[in-house]
Amino acid sequence: MASYSTNEFKGGLKVMLDGDPCSIIENEFVKPGKGQAFNRVKIRNLKTGRVIERTFRSGETLEAADVMEVELQYLYNDGEFWHFMDQQSFEQFSADVNAVGESQKWLKDQDVCMVTLWNGSPLSVDAPNFVVLTITETDPGLKGDTSGGGGKPATLETGAVVRVPLFVQTGEMIKVDTRKGEYVSRAKEG
Amino acid sequence: MSTFPGQRRDKLLSLEWRPTASFENLLLRSQLLSAIRAFLGERGLTEVETPACSSAAATDPALDSLTTRYTGPGAPTGLPLYLHTSPEFAMKRLLAAGSGPIYQICKVFRDGEAGRYHNPEFTLLEWYRPGYDHHRLMDEVSALVHRVVARPLSDTRMSYKELFQLHLGIDPHNASMAALRGCALERGITNVDGLRITDSDTWLDLLLTHCIEPEMGPGILLVYDFPASQASLARIRPGTVPLAERFELYLDGVELANGFHELADAREQKRRFLQDLEKRRRLNRPVPPADERLLAALETGLPECSGVALGIDRLLMRIAGAEHIEQVLSFPIARA
Repeated sequence: MASYSTNEFKGGLKVMLDGDPCSIIENEFVKPGKGQAFNRVKIRNLKTGRVIERTFRSGETLEAADVMEVELQYLYNDGEFWHFMDQQSFEQFSADVNAVGESQKWLKDQDVCMVTLWNGSPLSVDAPNFVVLTITETDPGLKGDTSGGGGKPATLETGAVVRVPLFVQTGEMIKVDTRKGEYVSRAKEG
Repeated sequence: MSTFPGQRRDKLLSLEWRPTASFENLLLRSQLLSAIRAFLGERGLTEVETPACSSAAATDPALDSLTTRYTGPGAPTGLPLYLHTSPEFAMKRLLAAGSGPIYQICKVFRDGEAGRYHNPEFTLLEWYRPGYDHHRLMDEVSALVHRVVARPLSDTRMSYKELFQLHLGIDPHNASMAALRGCALERGITNVDGLRITDSDTWLDLLLTHCIEPEMGPGILLVYDFPASQASLARIRPGTVPLAERFELYLDGVELANGFHELADAREQKRRFLQDLEKRRRLNRPVPPADERLLAALETGLPECSGVALGIDRLLMRIAGAEHIEQVLSFPIARA
C-alpha cells in the first residue's frame, strides 16, 4: 500500500492511524526559525467519527487507507446486516450495526445512500438528507386543530420517532430532515 | 495538454495566474518597505546587497538550502551554488572589512518550508550594529516594530527561562528529558513517544510551538538568553548555566525576528560548523560546504556587534491582519 509524507497531507486525504482509517482535516506546518519542524494535524477517525489532533515530525509518513465513498441503494435488513447494492455493477455490500449507526432509523428500501467503503467493506452509511416515510402510529390529536402548535410524537415505518404537528395523522407520509431528525412537511403519495 | 511541445502541464499545479494578495496588501508591503528604509536610514545604517547564490551554505541543521548551478566563463564544468537562507555570512564579511552599520532587504530561500507562516522564498530584513549587545539591539528592533505597526503595542521582555517558568512552570535549562516529556503529556500532546525525540532541544521546541506560542497573546514579546545548545551563531556567556546571547521577537504570538550578540571567534565558529556538519551526517541530511571565507573574515576580525533578521512577510501579515502568508505574497510557491 502507498504511503504519504507530511508534505502530502491535505484535507480529505485518507490515511491509516493506529490501525484505523482516518481522514485528514487540516495540516499546519509549525517550525521555530532555528528548530525542529512539526506538522500539527487535525484528523477524523472514520470508524468512530472522532476528531483528534496529532503532531508529527515533518517528513514522517503514514500508510494510505483504501477508503472511498460510493452511492449505494439500500435493499433490506436481515436482522443482523443491512444490505446495499451498487446500481451500476449490481455488486452487493453488507454493513453491520457499527457502520450503519444512527442512520439505521432512516433507511427505507430503495433509498440511495452515501456509503464509505474501507478495503471494500462499508465503514459508515449516511442516510439521504431528506427521506419520505409513512407514519405508523400517532395520537389522533384534537379535531379541528390545524395550527400545528405544540406537536406530538409520531412513530415512522422504520421505527424512528419524530415530532409532528397535531394535524398529521397515522398512515400519512411525511418528509423528514435526517440530519436534524425533524419533520419538514407532509409528502405527496407516491 | 500543454501549449508547448515537451512541456508537461502538471495536474497538481493550479493554472491560476492571479495574485493571492489583494492590492491593498501589496500597497501595504510597498509602504512597509519604505518605512523600514526610512527608519534605518535615519539611524545611519547603509543599505547593502550581497549575493543570493553562494558556493558555501548555512550549516545549521534546522535549515536546508535550495541549490542551483552556474556554467559559463570561469566555471566551464559547472559550479554548484546554494541560494542563501539568510545574507548573514556575506554581511559579516562586509562588517569585517569595515563597513560599519549595515542592513539588507532581500529574498532568502529555505527548502522544505511551506505553510500558514512559511513560503520557501521570503523577504528578510537583516541588520548589524557594531558596538551593540543583544539588549541594545532588542531596543532598536522593538522601536522599528512600534514605528511600522499602526496601533499601540504592549512591550514585554523576558528570558527564555522566565518564559518557560511563566507558561509551563519548568526550568528549561535544568529540566530532565523525562520532565519535559511529562510536561508535554500533561499539556495534552498525544503520541509524544511516536515523535521519537532524543534531545532536550526538540522537547523544548515542541513545548514552545504547541503550548507557549498559542498562549502568548497580543503585543511585542522579546525573549532572550537561550540555552547554549541553541546558540546557533550567538556568543555564549559563561556561567553556572552558560547562556546563548540570542533573542527572538514575537508579535501577537508570531515569531518575527531572531537576533544574536554575534560570535566573533573564528575558532569557535569553525567548531560549530564542524558540529553542525557532523549532526547533518548523522541525520542523513545534505552536507553542504561550510563558508571558509567567513572563517577567514573572522580571523581578520569581526567587530563586536549584534545582528538581527526579521521576516517582512510575517510582519506584513500582522499589519494587514492576514491569516495566511499567501494573503501578503503576490505569488506564493504554488503559483510561482
